[in-house]
Amino acid sequence: MADKLISKIPDGPLAEKWTKRKSEIHLVSPNNRRKLEIIVVGTGLGGASAAATLGELGYNVKVFCISDSPRRAHSIAAQGGINAAKNYQNDNDSVYRLFYDTIKGGDYRAREANVYRLAEVSAAIIDQCVAQGVPFAREYGGYLANRSFGGVQVSRTFYARGQTGQQLLLGAYAALNRQIAAGTVKSYPRYEMLDLVIIGGQAKGIIARNLVTGKLERFGAHAVVIATGGYGNTYFLSTNAMNSNGSAAVQCYKKGAYFANPAFAQIHPTCIPVHGDQQCKLTLMSESLRNDGRIWVPKKMEDVLKLRKHEIKASQIPEEDRDYYLERRYPAFGNLVPRDVASRAAKERCDAGFGVNETGKAVFLDFSEAIQRLGHQRVAERYGNLFDMYQKITNSSPWEEPMMIYPAIHYTMGGIWVDYDLQTTVPGLYAIGEANFSDHGGNRLGASALMQGLADGYFILPVTIADYLSHKFSEPKTDINAPEFDEAEKAVQKRIDDLFAIKGKDTVDSLHKKLGNIMWEYVGMARDEEGLKTALKKIDELKEEFYKNVCVPGSQFEFNQELEKALRLEDFFEIGKLMARDALNRTESCGGHFRIESQTEEGEAKRDDKNFMYVSAWEYKGEQAEPELHKEPLKYEFIEVKTRNYKD
Amino acid sequence: MDFNLKIWRQKNAKDKGHFETYHISGIEEDASFLEMLDILNEQLIREGNDPVAVDRGCQSSGPVSFDHDCREGICGACSLFIDGRAHGPDDHVTTCQLFMRHFKDGATITVEPWRSAAFPVIKDLVVDRTAFDKILQAGGFISVRTGSAQDANNILIPHDKAEESMDAAACVGCGACVATCKNGSAMLFVGARVSSLALLPQGRPEAARRAKAMVAKMDELGFGNCTNTRACEMECPKGISVAHIARLNREFLSAKFSE
Repeated sequence: MADKLISKIPDGPLAEKWTKRKSEIHLVSPNNRRKLEIIVVGTGLGGASAAATLGELGYNVKVFCISDSPRRAHSIAAQGGINAAKNYQNDNDSVYRLFYDTIKGGDYRAREANVYRLAEVSAAIIDQCVAQGVPFAREYGGYLANRSFGGVQVSRTFYARGQTGQQLLLGAYAALNRQIAAGTVKSYPRYEMLDLVIIGGQAKGIIARNLVTGKLERFGAHAVVIATGGYGNTYFLSTNAMNSNGSAAVQCYKKGAYFANPAFAQIHPTCIPVHGDQQCKLTLMSESLRNDGRIWVPKKMEDVLKLRKHEIKASQIPEEDRDYYLERRYPAFGNLVPRDVASRAAKERCDAGFGVNETGKAVFLDFSEAIQRLGHQRVAERYGNLFDMYQKITNSSPWEEPMMIYPAIHYTMGGIWVDYDLQTTVPGLYAIGEANFSDHGGNRLGASALMQGLADGYFILPVTIADYLSHKFSEPKTDINAPEFDEAEKAVQKRIDDLFAIKGKDTVDSLHKKLGNIMWEYVGMARDEEGLKTALKKIDELKEEFYKNVCVPGSQFEFNQELEKALRLEDFFEIGKLMARDALNRTESCGGHFRIESQTEEGEAKRDDKNFMYVSAWEYKGEQAEPELHKEPLKYEFIEVKTRNYKD
Repeated sequence: MDFNLKIWRQKNAKDKGHFETYHISGIEEDASFLEMLDILNEQLIREGNDPVAVDRGCQSSGPVSFDHDCREGICGACSLFIDGRAHGPDDHVTTCQLFMRHFKDGATITVEPWRSAAFPVIKDLVVDRTAFDKILQAGGFISVRTGSAQDANNILIPHDKAEESMDAAACVGCGACVATCKNGSAMLFVGARVSSLALLPQGRPEAARRAKAMVAKMDELGFGNCTNTRACEMECPKGISVAHIARLNREFLSAKFSE
């Protein structure tokens, strides 16, 4: 079945591939678009921008989200910024450099053609957002301001204080609202997709639960777009929103869509450390802080011990006794190395015993030098809201003492496998944004998630989906009374009935926490064969415990958050196993995936290009069977594959 | 820390609703208010399983439903009225960024949903805020087609104007302003959006139409009038200024005069 993995990458020079593909794609005339229905699941940057743009083109769009309003999708929480190859700073940036940085940052495990296209459309995103009224930061002359992010040597990141995701999402949401008012898009808030319906081998609709009434409902369409984000919450504790989940992706996987690179999860270096077992959510401190903040731990163990006993404050430790370990190890990039590198370096220092809080799992992010250099006011302009947020949470002021930070799960590079058109292995099923796998390889650079979501939603999917739909407009509307819908709804109903029938004693959250512990321990920042095998075994045991002992209170025909969580946890088990399995298969280290067995003498990730320069795409083979691995070889025709070097 | 929680319980939109009181202990002072509610829910689910506890009448309504998502103060989902204040006793935070260290050990804390005719209760502390979406659908956008924008630097915006627009755009759409206002007015919410766009040159062409359409929709949906008490500004988790209501009024009046 390997022939399903046809990437459809156009021939020809890199810079001409997207233009070439666009010129080949069939069009759907405006009067035929009216006859075509598209379902978009998710209303983050990808989903909202796609639904709005498809509606604007004249298609009939139905858009679904689990929250009470499309505006609350988790893209809203992105802080730092969005990259674009504008070269407004005259620092010799270009489409090629953005492409190159992204491929290199991803540790040479992303597709050249996709990434080049992403860089190519990036500039138009900024134009679009400004036209929508997104209040990006401005210089005094009125021109757009930029800042720098990890893994690059130019300033190409556009931002709206520490709320860039919010502002971009409100832009996309406004565009969506305009289409809802125009009647081209119908919005279904508080609806959760619970299955994909396939008729004749093609995606034709979904089963969704109305989260207010609890009723299962059927929705038919000519194509289905998944824009439901990543699966970071498999770890329980992550920077993702509480309701973010991987369920739509799992439903697609179980209906035949291959799942790609599940092991590639990003661990973000600058999060507020865990404070106790009552915690359910970790808070990110934006990467933009690394523009001016310096990361360090003490050089001397005696200082570490005094810090833990609160006998001294960080600010009392003299300059010469501080180990600015990123500046020491990576002089060329310093504090702005990519996230995976910064996270591992923090772990290395903490494992060596230099962690600065009681748990030993924290390092300092220090602004004292920046405050001296720039003055209070300029630091406040750049990071004021982040400082406030940090102080609210920790009760400690970054103006006086350095922040304490530690790595946490943040983003998943893996996702549903898609071809160049963003179509999955199921015809008529598309995946965009974080939900797909295509652009970030083994590690995503900061400020590139927003770029990808909007690139896919505004500029790529609305073009490519026409190629599929151009053959569909003469087909009748999808019949939601077809036997395939009956069957799918029955299966979902059974899942729900089975959960209520367990009547156990344990809560969904306590079981999810256990899954999170297994994942963080064995499928976290450092992985090895034995640990991964243990994870697989332990997840199976936990799953068994879940089906014996979970308690889902209340009834299904009401607003029932425990039921929602139980259904999502079932799918997190599936993803957790898939992640462990993929990590076990990939015996190399690359990007965020670090196999202890594969490292250099200096402890850096060691890739194995000979054996692993491929996308792993997993095919579901049934509940009892092991999934089958397919490989899409990665070809680098336009850049030279090198060992990542952030030292010089 | 220990607390007595007096929480509004309401099965669904039709139910009349009532308060139930629960005791909770062992809460860390660094726990957030919502983490404390998570712990309460764990307790309620476990007690619900325990026939002895049910006999004692400990638990009748199951876990408490409440809206929440990002827990970083930005998604605007959380919406609790705590001890008579929207988002509780701390200033300029959403409920998810409220920490238990702001309460006295042993305190009784009253937790209610937003109370507003325009936000009907769905269950317990969860309300329906789709009225906000509808107001924005009436005109809270700039009509630009995807792909038709000019180069971003062709629109120059003075630094201070961009900052002021951003101040207004920081609204998270939580509804605290409506819940706080004695008239149930949505003027701060509408003012923030109208003002944010009206401050930018891109937003000017539709400014008059936008202000009129959004105000008309707000009135139609049953939100009250503004009587300048400024309570909304006091309780807004993002500190959005009532100056944006003044700008909305100016936009609205000039739109009406030019009719």
